Amino acid sequence: MEPKPPKDNHTHSHTHPHSLLPSDPALRVKAIETLVVDKGLVDPEAIEALIEAYSEQIGPQNGAKVVARSWTDSEYRSKLLDDATAAISELGFSGLQGEHMVAVENTDKIHNVVVCTLCSCYPWPVLGVPPVWYKSAAYRARVVRDPRGVLAEFGVVLDEDAEVRVWDSTAEIRYLVIPKRPQNTDGLSEDELAALVTRDSMIGTGVVTLPERGQE
Amino acid sequence: MDGIHDLGGMEGFGPIQIEENEPTFHHDWEPRVMAMRLLMGFWRKWNIDASRHSVETLPPEDYLGLTYYEKWLASLTVLMYRAGFVSLEEIASGSVAPGSEKASPPADAATATAFLPIGRPSQREIDAKPIYTIGSKVRTAQHMHSGHHRLPRYVRGHVGEIILHHGAHVLPDTHAKMAGENPQHLYTVRFKARDLWGDEASAKDTVTVDLWEGYLGADN
Repeated sequence: MEPKPPKDNHTHSHTHPHSLLPSDPALRVKAIETLVVDKGLVDPEAIEALIEAYSEQIGPQNGAKVVARSWTDSEYRSKLLDDATAAISELGFSGLQGEHMVAVENTDKIHNVVVCTLCSCYPWPVLGVPPVWYKSAAYRARVVRDPRGVLAEFGVVLDEDAEVRVWDSTAEIRYLVIPKRPQNTDGLSEDELAALVTRDSMIGTGVVTLPERGQE
Repeated sequence: MDGIHDLGGMEGFGPIQIEENEPTFHHDWEPRVMAMRLLMGFWRKWNIDASRHSVETLPPEDYLGLTYYEKWLASLTVLMYRAGFVSLEEIASGSVAPGSEKASPPADAATATAFLPIGRPSQREIDAKPIYTIGSKVRTAQHMHSGHHRLPRYVRGHVGEIILHHGAHVLPDTHAKMAGENPQHLYTVRFKARDLWGDEASAKDTVTVDLWEGYLGADN
């Protein structure tokens, strides 16, 4: 590949080191990766291992197991509400960006929704890396001020009687919303319940519903 | 600092752009940035608070204009440059300066993956007893310093109620400057939405924020 001349792709006048990088993000990342690997700062095999972990193992399927367990095991539910870090760890999920967990439960009267207005804090061990909308300026700015309006954009319309609790993750505490269990799910196994639990329902921007079925 | 990152309550951003069936990553380079950022952290030349501060001190037009992983790459570049890992010439050329010594990475694949389920807990044991208890009414600081801190503008000078106490946690303010952990008691403080936003908010709704003891004063 031909060496790229340094290029200032930003309009601001003061020079930030990153403005020396190529404007195409893929080339920019390649340039930095070449440097950190060639300088022996980062092990390339460790890069692949972390990508695999966050692509394959760590995602909302983990949080869904926690929720399903809390729906089927009242003792576990109590433990989860009392010491979420320990309860979640029992199911094998812990660590980076979930070192200190708090679980909050949605009910008929209370709807919880989570945000990080200052950056994009998110409970990685149970939900994986955050979706783009969670990190967007619009969500971070608006959900603390107009939670009902934001929730309506997600298709979640709440009774006026309901109380909305917005949790702004400004420290290293990470919040997991325990959504309401849908009705008519008494016959479902824990695994079947987990399959119903969506990422958004555990952030508070969704509710768990049964898939629509034809008449049998 | 009263930076562009402190977005809570700002208006004019329009509807939330929601992508149905969003993939975990949109480009192959995105998880590479995430991985490099985590792995460079093993050098312990910066910490999570310094790293957050490096994002919030990006030029405001970049903060709003770049995607999340682009911001991470930009801030990683700044952090690596400031720590002396790479020179401006190397950033510009994308190749290592001739004659420079090759380091040995602090984390291999096994170390990195073993670290994930542990992470870096921020809770610390301290001798000082918490000043506030559950139910205490507190008023947040009206003015903050220009460094890194975690007291959003939209709750400053407001009265809230302590609803959770999390023990003592590393204070971002000093930690971000690599000036010590200085752990303080951390509380979840609940504010009435109407106190923050006026009558347009529902009288039933609340916003809770996690705040360190030094950000708070008793509301007498």
